[in-house]
Amino acid sequence: MEALTRVVADHAGVHGAAVTFLGLVRQLNAGRQVRFLEYEAYEPLALKAFGRIVDELTRKWPSAHVGVHHRTGRLELGEASIAIVAASAHRAEAFAACRYVIERVKQIAPIWKREHFEGGDVWIEGATADPDDDQARSAAERAACA
Amino acid sequence: MRVTVRLFARLREIVGAAEVSRDVTPGATVGALWQDLVRERPDLSRYERSISAAVNADYARMDRELHDGDEIAFLPPVSGG
Repeated sequence: MEALTRVVADHAGVHGAAVTFLGLVRQLNAGRQVRFLEYEAYEPLALKAFGRIVDELTRKWPSAHVGVHHRTGRLELGEASIAIVAASAHRAEAFAACRYVIERVKQIAPIWKREHFEGGDVWIEGATADPDDDQARSAAERAACA
Repeated sequence: MRVTVRLFARLREIVGAAEVSRDVTPGATVGALWQDLVRERPDLSRYERSISAAVNADYARMDRELHDGDEIAFLPPVSGG
């Protein structure tokens, strides 16, 4: 998180707001008692997807700067799987940019989690990753501006 | 031509390997390669409409033509965050 904060602190004095987000491993999911999560990524493509997300949000919120980090491997209950920092001149853009990043990561980052719960394990499968799907991108923008 | 196929999450488990090599004919597409894999492992067929693909670590469509040495990745629906 410190490294992420430095990403945005390089613009000291320019930004009036920084918003941070941590995604945490939750104990209860879909009625299952989660024991731990295991994350896997296609790393070179994940990094490009993060870059694409940053490009998208810079077009929408030109004054925003963001940092994003996603962990892989085994994560215990309460640990952070993803950290995002978004800074901007004003708080509205910082909140929006931060929300936009997490929504888009869930849509297009090639990262998967396997949930180990009491009694079994299951790969969680969410969105079909398609960075050119404008409907998905618009949905992320709407969530960010809600 | 020889290409490398990368598989992730549930797809990796169905195929039983994170990486496999396949010979393809010139002009073959990402989609044709996927169909070859489905013939080998019919359990993959339920991902027919939900997978994404990447060629050399960039998202690619199923009609993309393959070249010798390409790395093709097949990606089940993602669940990061």
